[in-house]
Amino acid sequence: MELSLETLKKIDEVIPKYPEKRSAALMVIHFVQDELGSISDETCSWIAEKLDLEPINIKELITFYPMLRETPWGKKHIRVCRTLPCALRGSYKTCKVLEEKLGVMEGHVREDGEFSIEFMECLADCGEGPVVMVDEQTFENIEGKKAEEFAELILEEKLDSSKSFTSYEDALVSNNSKSKKSQNK
Amino acid sequence: MIKKKTPKERRIILKHADDPSYSNKISCYLKNDGYSMLKKAFKMKPEQIGEEVLKSGVRGRGGAGFPAGMKWKFLDRKSGKPIYLICNADESEPGTFKDRQIIYKDPHQLIEGMMIAAYAIQAKQAFIYIRAEFFEGARILENAIAEAKSKNFCGENILGSKFSCDLIVHRGAGAYICGEETGLIESLEGKRPNPRIKPPYFPAVLGLYQCPTIVNNVETLCNVKHILEIGGEEFSKIGKPNNTGTRIWCVSGHVQKPGYYEFECGALTLGEMIYDVCGGLLPGRTLKAVIPGGSSSKILRADERFTGKLKDGTDFDWGIEDIPLDFDGPASAGSMSGSGGIIVMDNSVDMVEAMANINAFYAHESCGQCTPCREGSLWMRKITKRMCSGDAREEDADLLLSVANQIEGRTICAFGEAAAWPTQSFIAKFRDEFEEKAKGDSNKPTLQLI
Ligand SMILES: Cc1cc2nc3c(=O)[nH]c(=O)nc-3n(C[C@H](O)[C@H](O)[C@H](O)COP(=O)(O)O)c2cc1C
Ligand code: SF4
Ligand code: FES
Repeated sequence: MELSLETLKKIDEVIPKYPEKRSAALMVIHFVQDELGSISDETCSWIAEKLDLEPINIKELITFYPMLRETPWGKKHIRVCRTLPCALRGSYKTCKVLEEKLGVMEGHVREDGEFSIEFMECLADCGEGPVVMVDEQTFENIEGKKAEEFAELILEEKLDSSKSFTSYEDALVSNNSKSKKSQNK
Repeated sequence: MIKKKTPKERRIILKHADDPSYSNKISCYLKNDGYSMLKKAFKMKPEQIGEEVLKSGVRGRGGAGFPAGMKWKFLDRKSGKPIYLICNADESEPGTFKDRQIIYKDPHQLIEGMMIAAYAIQAKQAFIYIRAEFFEGARILENAIAEAKSKNFCGENILGSKFSCDLIVHRGAGAYICGEETGLIESLEGKRPNPRIKPPYFPAVLGLYQCPTIVNNVETLCNVKHILEIGGEEFSKIGKPNNTGTRIWCVSGHVQKPGYYEFECGALTLGEMIYDVCGGLLPGRTLKAVIPGGSSSKILRADERFTGKLKDGTDFDWGIEDIPLDFDGPASAGSMSGSGGIIVMDNSVDMVEAMANINAFYAHESCGQCTPCREGSLWMRKITKRMCSGDAREEDADLLLSVANQIEGRTICAFGEAAAWPTQSFIAKFRDEFEEKAKGDSNKPTLQLI
């Protein structure tokens, strides 16, 4: 297991912030998963050692929390909200459209590792459903016809430059001239 | 229908949120008199702030509606153990999207509210527990805290007061149960978020690291700043007695203009919210049902009458549209205002499908500690899903009800109720639709909800 110096630095900075080391577990796992995409058994042991814990103390977190992973998602990970308010606005159809266009079923990673889709529980943006997240960006009102156009743009890697879809995050900084997208890598 | 004037929002918490010239940077916050209430706080004694919060009558905005001032009074100050403050920014109750607006658009309001609260309860360490799906939200908070620290509004010896308090942003990892305060605390300790049993584990006595801890919602903590600004007494005059201040209502589902709207408590009815504020239903549709306080609250049927006696002794006889939007209104109608998430459903909705959707949520989110909750929520999902796949049986309504009834009151945390109430209320109010399904009438075209 190799971690970048940047990640190692983040880990070493976050642990002493907490009154007790073990509290840093979720944050450390996030940092590692952000870089490696998932947490293997070897990684579990490494994190446990960092926090003076047993590997099981990390494993039990990875296997409980929905966003922690033992195997990685695709290069682009699409989260579609499944919960009632979004469903009332057509999120089941949105999910189906994305599955068909991107060629992968929800809960799975496409064979070439490019895309994965997750049909998730409420993303706390229910007034603008169906809500779809592409990696860390949130897109709103992705229903019906729009879902098809949206999927096409993802396929062509043109979502970032598209004028038809601005993420919730980017809309926030639209007043400031520079876009946040470049920072999110 | 008589055309009434649209009730006007009163934005206190969201005053700046959607102002295009406003940003989440500290320079902007300071230009708008930011952190002046923190300065004012340090001229007061911590107990005085607690008194103001108590006088204000402000009730928690996270779901349970417990008076914040009272909660602070329960803090065990005699133990000599450190005191912790936690902001619950998990925002995980389906239908709720208000804390998001504060975090992304006005993070310094939250930080100022938290620092005042921390001083009032004498907490030297504070946390914001934020749901992990708010990736950018966590970065915004981190940046805002760094800005606040650089100006000495947070950290060591804040503004020369000799009071120090550090603030950590802690990210969850996608589990709804981390919104429940004791589950949140376990999660923050680096464990699985298995809720703790109360008593004895009331956070104010045995919270984080078994130390006295206050957990408050984002919106609640923002209110602290405004209470200090106008005084507890004045604040208590906003809204109605026992329902003070404003509330941010989140409307979703089948209305023309879903969104978040801040009103004085009791300033409008559910009908005014749906028809005037949110522009009414979609063309050609009629109202079927409303879930008034997040998916855990009991559903209300559009043609029900709600009757009874209010706390002040007066009788009421309401239709769904007459229910006042405050804490007590939805409670008097047999449900609750919960997290303020109002989910509107029109006549296109198949109630069994809606039930199946909700049951799938609770089955996915149960932490699994208590058998009635773990097994019951799975069975409720299974049964309703089967009903929607053309295999409904006559006895299903009773079966569902019996499962729900065996969860309620038999679990460690209130998730048990949150999972049981939807099923109990759907069956009580839409039993005919559940029975209809068994008659093989399941081919009618519907929205797909499961
Ligand atoms: C299953 C469950 C989920 C909850 N989710 C949240 C949540 O996402 N955000 C929140 O503030 N409170 C949530 N609560 C309520 C908290 O337990 C707690 O009462 C609240 O954070 C206290 O803050 P307040 O007094 O300011 O409302 C939840 C409760 C339960 C039982
Ligand atoms: S009621 Fe459900 S969520 Fe709460 S502790 Fe029990 S199993 Fe866990
Ligand atoms: S239900 Fe989709 S964001 Fe809440």
